[in-house]
Amino acid sequence: MRRVMVGVKRVVDFNVRVRVRPDNTGVITDGVKMSINPFDEIALEEALRIKERGLADEVLVVSIGPSDAQQQLRTALAMGADRAILVQGDASAAPLTVARVFRKLIDRESPFMVILGKQAIDDDNGQTAQMLAALWDRPQAVGTSKLEITDGKATVTREVDAGLESDEIDLPAVVSVDLRLNEPRYVKLPDIMKAKKKPLDMLSLADIGVDAAGGFTTVRVDPPPQRQKGIMVKDVGELVAALKKRGLV
Amino acid sequence: MSAILVIAEHAGGQLNPSTPKCVTCAATIAGASIDVVVFAADGAAVAQQAAAVGGVRKVLLVDNAANAEPIAAVLAPQTAKLAANYTHVFGPSTTFGKDLMPRIAALLGVGQVSDVMAVDGPHRFKRPIYAGNAILTIDTPADAKVVATVRVASFEAAPTGGSAAIDKVSVDAPLPTHTRFVNRSAAATGRPDLQSATRVVSGGRALGSSENFKIIYSLADRLGAAVGASRAAVDAGYVPNDMQVGQTGKIIAPELYVAIGISGAIQHMTGIKDARTIVAINKDSEAPIFEIADFGLVGDLFAIVPELEKQLGS
Repeated sequence: MRRVMVGVKRVVDFNVRVRVRPDNTGVITDGVKMSINPFDEIALEEALRIKERGLADEVLVVSIGPSDAQQQLRTALAMGADRAILVQGDASAAPLTVARVFRKLIDRESPFMVILGKQAIDDDNGQTAQMLAALWDRPQAVGTSKLEITDGKATVTREVDAGLESDEIDLPAVVSVDLRLNEPRYVKLPDIMKAKKKPLDMLSLADIGVDAAGGFTTVRVDPPPQRQKGIMVKDVGELVAALKKRGLV
Repeated sequence: MSAILVIAEHAGGQLNPSTPKCVTCAATIAGASIDVVVFAADGAAVAQQAAAVGGVRKVLLVDNAANAEPIAAVLAPQTAKLAANYTHVFGPSTTFGKDLMPRIAALLGVGQVSDVMAVDGPHRFKRPIYAGNAILTIDTPADAKVVATVRVASFEAAPTGGSAAIDKVSVDAPLPTHTRFVNRSAAATGRPDLQSATRVVSGGRALGSSENFKIIYSLADRLGAAVGASRAAVDAGYVPNDMQVGQTGKIIAPELYVAIGISGAIQHMTGIKDARTIVAINKDSEAPIFEIADFGLVGDLFAIVPELEKQLGS
């Protein structure tokens, strides 16, 4: 079976303005709206399009996180994924742990492509795809904004600081996706009902033989330093005078 | 004692300014010895530039035809080999470093610290999370190597004036051929590089079209500035993606940042808050950008920008 594996992380919704907890141990997540990491939605959309083009038979979504991440996997199934696996672990599992989980699942599921978001919008690490590719000893296409698959190869266009870079990679491979790859579809109500019947397997880290120890220790979390609000000028002349005074023009 | 290896970023025979910034970050670890490695097909000129960066002890030059383009899957196994002699491996938090460093860390079996903005000790680092809305302080295990990307906007470039020795080394590591560089399309603008420019003028969705962006370019040229854009302007197709400033684009720290027709989404503000002086021009007096701007001017950008350019010329 030609299978595409997609990673889905449960994160604080991107519209929520996060606040640091008063005890500086983290950010406030109680009663906050949780969603699929936006980059992961793009990853899933791309996998669905690959299947719809007849280049894959199955889209498997995987999450590593708390039991509540079932909600995000159900949403992914409603978007069109065929099957889901939740590996229960810490809500903020280290990227290396997550990569090790995916590596183990690759042995079970033999995907020809693993598609991941280029970063999660909570920890902003942006590491999992690259780490997985290293553990798998396969190509990584990081920050992909265009993906074409032909004859066991893929041509990827990646967003880099200098502009756009094109690479040819052999499959299987890991692809991490950037914002402009596609526009994810909306979930329709009948699909939400159908998704309830799709298979969702629950596993533990121990089940697949991954040890989460050895990560970093959080010392504290602080709010960022605030910039002082400056002054409003009334016209261009006043602005130019202010900039000249600071020696900026 | 900390022995730090910094991976040089370069293109077209020029050392990227991100490298001396990584050296500055490395130098904040007390008593660190800092080496720079240059991977290239023919990296003599880049190695010379790296050797001139103040605070560098030694430059390792790894010339190999396979290193002609910076392919992470090719550079990572070589770096992992070299890392045997070091306690820390640093790279820039540019697309080059973000691609490469996690791959190195995984080969070494350690975690990776992303976007180091401050160093509190050889194993304690500060980094932004939640698009810069929180700052995380972490300890990495004391007995493990540290692999990190350095948030370049948080560090000044180390001054030149060094004269480090250059060692040509060969690294014995099997290199994959599964990833092949095809091409890179860089817009040749003739303007300063966005990431290292001292002045930046950015336009947002309010410009309304790529045609209207002309007034941004024109003002930038008057100021000798680089040109950036908000994500909204990029998504609308007014300008190419490499001009995007913000958490998911480029994070910059110029002396002067002029935001024109940009309302100030959180993810944009994260990319500019280390700028020395921020000027905001927007027709909406309630726009969030004014909360962080040093100088704000409310009005029609199509009237203000040409007037600003005129007055700057006099």
